Formats: sequence, C-alpha cells, structure tokens
Amino acid sequence: MLQDKDRVFTNLYGQDDWRLAGALRRGVWDGTKGMIELGRDEIIERIKDSELRGRGGAGFPAGLKWSFMPKESDGRPRYLIVNADESEPGSCKDREILRNDPHRLLEGCVVAGLAMGATVCYIYIRGEFYREAERVQQAIDEAHDAGLIGKNACKSGWDCDIYVHRGAGAYICGEETALLESLEGKKGQPRLKPPFPAAVGLYGCPSTVNNVETIAVAPEILRRGAAWWTGLGRPRNTGTKIFSISGHVEQPCNVEEEMGIPLKELIETHAGGVRGGWDNLLAVIPGGSSVPLLPKSICDTVLMDFDSLQAVKSGLGTAAVIVMDKSTDVVAAIANLSHFYMHESCGQCTPCREGTGWMWRVMIRMVEGRAGIDEIDTLLDVTRQVEGHTICALGDAAAWPIQGLIRHFRPELERRILEYKTSGRVAVPAAAE
Amino acid sequence: MKMTRYREGEPGDFVFTAADQARARVLVARYPEGRQASAVLALLDLAQRQSGGWLPREAIEYVANFLEMAPIRVHEVASFYSMFNLKPVGRHLIQVCRTTPCWLRGAAELTDSCCEKLGVGLGETSEDGEFTLIEVECLGACANAPMVQIGDDYYEDLTPERLRQILDDLKAGKEVPGGSRIGRQSSMAEGGMTTLKDLPAPAPADPSGAPAGAPAGAPAAPGEGA
Amino acid sequence: MPKLTIDGKEIEVPGGVTVLQACELAGIEIPHFCYHERLSVAGNCRMCLVEMERAPKPIASCAMPAGEGMVIRTDTPAVKKARQGVMEFLLINHPLDCPICDQGGECDLQDQAMAYGVGHSRYEENKRAVKEKYMGPLIKTIMTRCIHCTRCVRFATEIAGVEELGLVGRGEHAEITALEKAIDSELSGNLIDVCPVGALTSKPYAFAARPWELVKTYSVDALDAVGSNIRVDTRGREVMRVLPRLHEDINEEWISDKTRYACDGLARQRLDRPYLRENGKLRPASWEEAFRAIAARLDGLDGGKIAALAGDLCDAESILALKDLMAGLGAANLDCRQDGAKLEAGARAGYLFNTTIAGIERADAVLLVGTNPRREAALVNARLRKRFLMGGFRVGLIGQPCDLSYPVDYLGAGPETLKDIAEGKGAFAEVLKGAERPMIVLGMAALARPDGAAILHLTCKLVEDFGLVSDGWNGFNVLHTAAARVAGLDLGFVPGAGGRDLAGILDGVHHGDIEVVYLLGADEIDMAGLGPNADEGAFVIYQGHHGDVGAHRADVILPGAAYTEKNGTYVNTEGRVQLGRLAAFPPGEAREDWTILRALSEVVGERLPYDNLGQLRQRLIEVNPVFAAIDQVEAAPRGGFGAFGAAGTLDPAPFAVAVENFYMTDPISRASETMAKCTEAFVLGQSGEATGTGG
Repeated sequence: MLQDKDRVFTNLYGQDDWRLAGALRRGVWDGTKGMIELGRDEIIERIKDSELRGRGGAGFPAGLKWSFMPKESDGRPRYLIVNADESEPGSCKDREILRNDPHRLLEGCVVAGLAMGATVCYIYIRGEFYREAERVQQAIDEAHDAGLIGKNACKSGWDCDIYVHRGAGAYICGEETALLESLEGKKGQPRLKPPFPAAVGLYGCPSTVNNVETIAVAPEILRRGAAWWTGLGRPRNTGTKIFSISGHVEQPCNVEEEMGIPLKELIETHAGGVRGGWDNLLAVIPGGSSVPLLPKSICDTVLMDFDSLQAVKSGLGTAAVIVMDKSTDVVAAIANLSHFYMHESCGQCTPCREGTGWMWRVMIRMVEGRAGIDEIDTLLDVTRQVEGHTICALGDAAAWPIQGLIRHFRPELERRILEYKTSGRVAVPAAAE
Repeated sequence: MKMTRYREGEPGDFVFTAADQARARVLVARYPEGRQASAVLALLDLAQRQSGGWLPREAIEYVANFLEMAPIRVHEVASFYSMFNLKPVGRHLIQVCRTTPCWLRGAAELTDSCCEKLGVGLGETSEDGEFTLIEVECLGACANAPMVQIGDDYYEDLTPERLRQILDDLKAGKEVPGGSRIGRQSSMAEGGMTTLKDLPAPAPADPSGAPAGAPAGAPAAPGEGA
Repeated sequence: MPKLTIDGKEIEVPGGVTVLQACELAGIEIPHFCYHERLSVAGNCRMCLVEMERAPKPIASCAMPAGEGMVIRTDTPAVKKARQGVMEFLLINHPLDCPICDQGGECDLQDQAMAYGVGHSRYEENKRAVKEKYMGPLIKTIMTRCIHCTRCVRFATEIAGVEELGLVGRGEHAEITALEKAIDSELSGNLIDVCPVGALTSKPYAFAARPWELVKTYSVDALDAVGSNIRVDTRGREVMRVLPRLHEDINEEWISDKTRYACDGLARQRLDRPYLRENGKLRPASWEEAFRAIAARLDGLDGGKIAALAGDLCDAESILALKDLMAGLGAANLDCRQDGAKLEAGARAGYLFNTTIAGIERADAVLLVGTNPRREAALVNARLRKRFLMGGFRVGLIGQPCDLSYPVDYLGAGPETLKDIAEGKGAFAEVLKGAERPMIVLGMAALARPDGAAILHLTCKLVEDFGLVSDGWNGFNVLHTAAARVAGLDLGFVPGAGGRDLAGILDGVHHGDIEVVYLLGADEIDMAGLGPNADEGAFVIYQGHHGDVGAHRADVILPGAAYTEKNGTYVNTEGRVQLGRLAAFPPGEAREDWTILRALSEVVGERLPYDNLGQLRQRLIEVNPVFAAIDQVEAAPRGGFGAFGAAGTLDPAPFAVAVENFYMTDPISRASETMAKCTEAFVLGQSGEATGTGG
C-alpha cells in the first residue's frame, strides 16, 4: 500500500483548507519559480523520465505529448487546456481535485504551460460541476492576487493566465478535439485528425489538452524528482493514481493509491470490500464505463495499471472501478451504459450515430431475452462495425462494454433468450420494413 | 463597415439585465479578440438563468446577436448541450443520475419515488410548477451514488426517503445545502479515511524558491475570501 | 509530389491532395457521401474508409492528406466489411421509399447500396421518422431520408454564404433545419444537387418526372450575362428542369435559382403564332399575313425612319440577321443597350469583364461600382465570395448598400466617391494602390445613366493611374446583366453612321421621325416611348417568345424561340463565346429567330445571304472573328485605356439599383410561377415563415 508521504493529493477529501493558505501549508506552490527556471526542455525531459502517462483514459505518455508542441514559435499563441470535463461513468476523481486541491492544479498549469510555451490556459470544467467551477475560480483569484499566476507568475518572469471555461452537458466534450470545438463556441463534435491539436488546436493554434490529474501531479514530480515517481508502481505504469470506487462495495470512495495495486486489495483496503464479501463479486468494470468488464475470476488477481488490464482485454481508463455483486442484472447494467453512449453520441459520424441506437435497442431486448440466439452474434458484429470506424473513440467506448459482456457472459445471454422462449411469452415480431 | 447581417439578428423580447450584461462582458473578455463565440455556453447559461431555467428562442437569438454569431449556430449549440432547456421547467429542476454506477445503488428507485411524490412522469413538471423531473446521464459523483442534481447543487448518498425530505424542504422554501446525506466529507469512505492519516509535518511552501528542499520563506498567505 | 502505393500500384500525386483524391487519380473509385470536392472536409459518413499500412484502424481517405511512402489498400476484406457496415448503418434508419422518391434513379445512396451494400438488413427495430422542415418555395424536404452528411450545411455556410442551415440536436436525434424559414439565397437550388439522397429535392419538380424519361441537352443559360453551363432536361416539348453543368471557369458546378427554376416560365404566356393588330386589337394571323403587313408598312419607307432594338435574351445569330436586314433597309438606328448603358461597340476591352470570372481568384482587391453582383450575376458573386474565403481580399463598394455574403468596405453611394478614389483620396485608394492585382467592376447602374460615359471615362483614368492593367493582368471589368449584350456590342448592334441610339429612337418616335420600330425580344424599354399605337406613335414589330410588354404594344407579333428552343450563340460578360442548343422545339408556329428574319427579308425584298445556320455562323465570324473561338477568352487588346467613355460632368446622384428583383428580370422569369413565389417569399418578404401548407 502506498505510504501517505508518497501521496500527492493530500487534501483529496477536503479535510483541510482548500484555499491558498492551506495549499501553501501542504507544500503546493513550493519552489514553483525554480521549476519554471528549469526551462522547457528540462521540464519535458524530467516528465518523460518519470514515465507519467495521461490520467484521462488513454494513458498517453505526458512528456511525449508536451514535446509535440512546436519547438520554435511562429508567432501564434499557444494554449494549454485542462480537461476537467469529467463525465466517464464511474469516474469522479477530478472533481475532488477541483474542489479540494485547486491550487495543485493551478501550479500544474503554470509549469506545464511553460513546458509547452503556453501563456494562456483554459480549464474546461463540465457544466454540472457548478460549485467546483466556483472553487477553481476563487483559487484563480487568490493565486492571481498572490502573484502566483498572471503576469510574472511566481516572480519567474513567465506569464500564465488561467481561465475557467464551463461546459454545458456533453460527455463527448471530454474528447480533446470536441473539447476544443466546444471551447470555440460550437457543438462538441470531434475533429478529424490529423491535424493534431499540437499543430492546429484551439483557434487554429498549437494546443495541448491534458487531464486534471495529469497536470496536477506534474509539479510534484518535478519537486520530488522523476526517480521518486518511477519508484512507485511498475515500469511504464509509474506513480500514483486516484481510483474511484463505486457500485456494490461497502464504502464507495475515491482514493489515491499506487499504480499496479491489485484490484482486490484496492477494494478491500479502501472501499470496505465487496458488498456481501469477495465471493459475492460478479464482475468489475475496472476503468470507467468505456472499458470491458472483468468477471470475478480475473478480478481475483488482476493488477490495476495500464498494461496489466490491457493484457486481460480491458483497460485502466480513468481508473474508475465499478463493482457489481451477484445481485446485479449484468445485462441491464451494460444496457444502461449502451443508453449512455446513445445519449452522448454527438451524431456526427454514421457508425456511432446509427450504431449506438441499434446496440441499445438490441441490448434492452437482451435484458428480457426477447431475441434470437443468433442475435448475440449479430450484436457482436454490429459492435465491430462501430469499433474503429468512427471519428473519435466514443464509438469504441460504446462497443467495448458490449463486447466484454458477450465475451464473459454469453451463457447468461443465451439463458435469458431460452427462458423467454419457454416462458410462453411470444416475441413480437418486428414490423416488416 | 461590415455589411453582413443575419436575418434573425435583431434582438426580440429578451434582453440581458444590466448586471448580466456586465457579467457577459467579463466572460467574453476571457477569450482573445474576435473569439467571443467562445463565450456562447456561458452566455446561454446566463440567459437561461435569467429566463427562469430555460431558453426561449428570443434569448437564443439575443445571445447570437450579442456575440455576433449566426442564430443557427447558437441554436445548434443550445440544442446540443443537455444543460440547456428548450422548454420551460419548474422552479427546481431535479436531475436524477441514471447511469450504471448510480443505477447499481438505486437510482431507479429515486426516480420512481420522485414520480410518485410529485405526481409526474419523466420530463414533466409538477402541477404547482415547483419541480421538473428528468433523468440525466452520469453526473460524475459515482462514489457518492445514488445522487441527483437540483439547480446547481449535488445531493448525494441518497435514498428515496432522503430525497423526499429534500423535496419537502425545497418546497417549504428552505435553503437545502448540497452534499452527502450521510454526513461524509466529499468522497471519503463512509467509515472514515483509509489514507492520509499519517501525513508528514507540513513544510510551508516558497513559490519563489528552488524546487526541492528550499528553505521556508513563504509569502504571507492572502486572506480568506480572495 | 508525394509517391504512394495504392493497391500495390505506385502513383505520384500532386502535393496537397487527399488519399481519396489520390485513389481517384489511380483510377480507383472510393465510395463516399459527405465528401464533396468544393466543400470543406467533414469526414462524417465514413464510407470512404481504406486501410493504411501501420495505421491501427481504417482511415477516412477523404480527410487524410496523401503522404510520401504511404501504403494504401482499398481492396481488402476489412475495407469491404467496413463499407458494408457503414452502408448498413446508413440504411437502418433510411426509409426504403425509393419508388416514391424524386431522387430515385440518381441517388448516391441507392447507387452505392447496390455497389457496396449487402442486399439485406439485420435491423429489426423501428425506424426513425423525422419531421419535415420548411425551407421555402424551392426546396422540398423529406428529412427522414437524411443521412446527416452536412453537405447542405457546408454549402450554405461556405459557398452561398448564408448561415441559415444547421444540424441541431445530437446523436440519432440530430436534424438538419433552417429553423422553419425559407433559405434566403440565390444559390439555394444547389442544395438539392449536393444532397446525396432524397432529403432535399426540388419543390417545383416534385413528382414531375423520372430521370430516365428525360432527354438531356447540354446548353448555356441566357437569364443573365454569366453564361452558366446548364443541362436542359426535357420530356417531349416540355422543359422539366434545368441543372448545372460543370464549367470550372464560369459557374463551376453551381447555378443560380433563376437559372434553375425559371424554366416553368417557358411554358407560360408563350407566343405560339403570329398576331396582327387590327382596329386596336391583336388577332391571330398567319406568317404570311404578318410578313405582308410588315412589308406593306416598310414599303417605300426611308431607312432613317426605321429603328431596331435587340433585347437581352437574343442569340448572336438573330442579332446579326436583324442588323443585316436593317442594313439592307438602310436603317442605322440600332441599339442593343435597352438600359441605355453608355458602352461603345469597338474595343472589346472597354466592355468586357476582362479579369474573367476564374481570374477573380487571382485578384487581391476589388472595387465594385454601381453593382450588386449577387443580384446581377450570382455566380460571379459566388466567385468573389470564394476569393474572399481564400483570404487577403479587400472589397470596396460604391453604390446602394447591399449584403453580398462577404464583408465589404462601404465607400459611398455615387460618382463623387469614385472621383475621390480616382484622385487617391481615402483608405481604399491605398488598398487599390497597394494591391498586386486589383480589380474594378463597373455595373450597369454606373453606366446606364446620363453621365455613364463620364463615369466610364473616370474609371478608365483610375485604371491607368492605379495600374489596374498590366502585363498579364487586366483589372478593368464591366459586369453585364444581359446575356445578349456582349454579342450585340461585338456585332456592332449600335447606331450606325448618323443613326440614333435608344434615347434618339424614342425621341424620334415622339417627333414622328421614326415610324417603324423592330423589337427583337426587347421588353425592358419604356414602351410608352413608342407611343400608344401605330397611329400616334411607331409601328411596332415584336419578335419574341413571350407575351410580355413588347408583345402588348406590338402591331405585328412574330413568335420566336426561347433560349432552350434554338441553336444560338451567346457571349458572356467575359467575352466568352458559347453555344446554346435546342432542347425542345418552339411551341406552335413559333420558329427559331434567325429563320424568321431570313424569311422576312425575302418578303421585304432584302434577302439575307445565308440559308442555313452554318452560313450564318460564317457570317458571324466575318463580322467579328471572336465568334470563331468557342468557349475561349482571349485577352482583349488593351487598346489604350482612357479612350473609353468621354470626359464630362458627373451627376452626384447615387447609383441606382440595376436589378431590383433577382427573380424577375426578363420575360421568361416574369412568366414563371416559381419565380413569383420566390418574389413573394424573398423580395416582398411574405410567407417566409412556414405556413404548414408550404409543402
């Protein structure tokens, strides 16, 4: 288990003062000027050394991402955009940073902004997080008044203006290019890549979008050194991570733990265990709604990091652990997610717009068993027709939960279909098209 | 002189109050010159608050005019984001999070009990005009499930009884602060923190110092309420 | 010039092309719906997915720039499966109502479903139904058929420059809408063409015909001076519809709504037999009677008392035949400038749009004087907008303020402003001076006024002083509104030695010096100037195709052919000679116009020396060699600028409006019911809103 001294988010629950005074007491804003003075290349090098991977879901190496920003300025402004559009079902960690440790994020903005040459930073906060946005704004005002951000931030000679931008209710805006569109005042419809944001981003200028947690841990890595961070977790899966544990556990919570912690240990140590005991576990969605679920047999031993979960055909995602005990109607649980993706599809590209609705409609029949056995394979085929064929990753995210369900619970689907057939209820044939 | 006009650009019945106009200008100033469209979400939110929780067509077109955007572009935005209501809503908009983490912990029961208590179906407004009930997708408070959002606040760790109490209090005109209904702080485990009990003694920060092990010398912390 | 490998074949392609374009260059068809080469890339239909080596997922070829060393495969099972998948998704919510769909037979979705689909559906849920949307008198919507490719939104926003269409809502509830308003663009009909399915179809053409029933004739438009290339679709003698035909240098692949929709006017108020006025009333007559009546009136009449006016829709052949006939009769009183524009025949550079329409794209500043190109030449305006979108283009406007769909610097209303600029005053003078390839466009509102010659003169001075004409660049432009005007000037259909111009002719009629006026499709003059009748005014011969004002005043009517009913030559505002073709025969006893003049010439004893179209066209070339070069624009000889027009006093009065109502400018569009509806909706501002019965 991670030791408290290695935890970054020491005010995760707001048990201490979230304001500047409290933040300073906890060591935030310590030596920020010195970090800025390291200069761009050195900061990027150190972040690369730390093997920090993005905390927003995809796990892309952060230092590498920062290094994509053009080396030489062509006169265009550059932007750092913090993705605080936390909307992945199961994920609720960024909210705690925003409301309980906002200064850690602001400090990260200054440092990361320098590393990419961005003097303006927008924090895109999902619209529903109204109170959280208020907090961040207050923290910005405090930091501004204290000379920590704005002109000559931390007396370093570097300028860094930070603004809050509130969303208005759209999961898709967590996709980085949809976020940029939204930030420009448009519908949140993802852009085609290439070009990538580092070349053509916000207002056509070089931009980098990073998750709240990624930016917030960066100063601590610089403060304590990359070696400290790589000393935690496993190779390529370094450092600490905030896990959101929800669903059928005794005590749902957010907790910062070491990367690679066994799933079972995570749940039992911090969430009071599975409701009714570990043996009452049915399945876990280990990384937020977009990743395939894992049956208990895998949960028994799996480690919570990018590579371990990928090896079992799932993913760490945002490290949002959704626990389902044996009382769960697992088909309905996944059908519920299918509804989510249908509702959140932006409607731009064909496979997602049409496929998410189709998948949901089949899924709700599957809940009842009102389907043919061969429709399981049809459904699987439809998910594959969506997967990999869309503009953004929402199509994949909509397909994977269903693929996971079929992979691990096909007998359950078949059982329901057979039960429905023998129950005397007659499937209403679909109207002739 | 720019000659392009939009046909619907003329403001209708809606107009920002003086205070909102001032707020709108502050919001627009967050973005670079000529990028005022970036403020469209913020201004629609202002307009919605001013219009009693929803966006009449006039308000949408007023915002379009304010930001020099084509009205259709603002209509697109207003219809895309789920927080904009294009039909009138009650004084309190109850948004029950319906997505799996909340559903696993009883979201459907919350919805049912609300329907029953208010005598409404989903998307409907109670007869007294106090409450509109809708289901929404994940609100991002999964470790505090099940939960609802009413107005700007999250009400967490709910049961049907706890939610009914909140509705009663709201109807009675009471201030009902958001947050967990079982008294826990944020998303700390119900039984208390499992971590952060053994923190090293705080070392006061020095923003202007060197990265590591810099001697203390923190500037005076600004006062509360900055 | 990146080199890439497509399906095993190496191909070198121009820089900047996409993978899809590279595939097309390699002769490989890539199915697509949202991609349109003249619109921004949306990449949303996903039909064009191909495999790219080292890419983990198939890529949208329309959006991927072709790069050096790329290895692309379009023929793998994965690509086939991806296309089938996208096709299936597109069809699950598409009503399979092809038998009652006007797009049937020319539908991208239908065609590609045949080529790339699987032939059956596994979708057993209910299909989506989408409410129809009101978009005005021209566009019919069946939105359930929409596949959300957003071509229409992009066309409206980018090409037409009207931000009135959008995709509202999200996910499967996303819908295209114009917010229940008529789409106020003179280019709106193109939305129908860009729509790959039957969601947006032609309202006037609804349920009128099937594409395979139609005979298609390639022709040119005559309803403005742009010379848009069109395809005329006929069934029997009826023109069912007019569609654009690709011409990169003129209209690209667009046409204006008048070009497209005025065709119903071809079937209304037609002159289908000769008429004679007897006792004040027109009565049907035979050709012979009509000719005899004319011959009788001309008999012994001095040529100085005869005048002829050529109208705006005339083909060059009939203009020349009339000119030759008048020459035979000794009449020098000719004019083709119905609006009184002070343009001289002679040096072509003085009356052409010298920059050329495509040349606009090379310009970096333009001064518009007395013109609203959006109304007068919608496709020239579209090109100006295109240039504006490319960036670095300043537009100055002198004349009536108007919305041109791109920003302009409004400089003033009348000639004084032009004079100021010519004298180097004001910021825009600096713009013109600083521009590398500046243009000036003189509209008819600047030329068709008493001081038009002085304005032309002043403009030419400006052209010289500001260097608007240089080697390889001619920035002096006259924007015509009449399809026949340039041919008229090229053929010298202007007063001969001692002859009178339009004003002189009308004056002559007033004083009894002109006794016979031959109107060749001339309907735009003030008929009152010809006197109330033959006794108190001129004896008026009207040759034309519509019962418009000219026919109303006429003493003899000779029924001619409309532009779709004859093989005729037209010269557009650039000076480009183009051939219109007969798509349907003229109605009743009406005849091709030059043949009427040829026949009449015999009766009046001045036989024209050509017996067929070939001979007449030889004569055209004799008169002006430009007629030998079809579809070519030769740079007109400079001929020394400053020589056009005449110095004179400027009238400070503001420039008027040359075209008040875009939808009704000529006898055909005035006879069109569709144009009447557009006039109601867009000009008079009525019924722009949905009425619920608009469908």
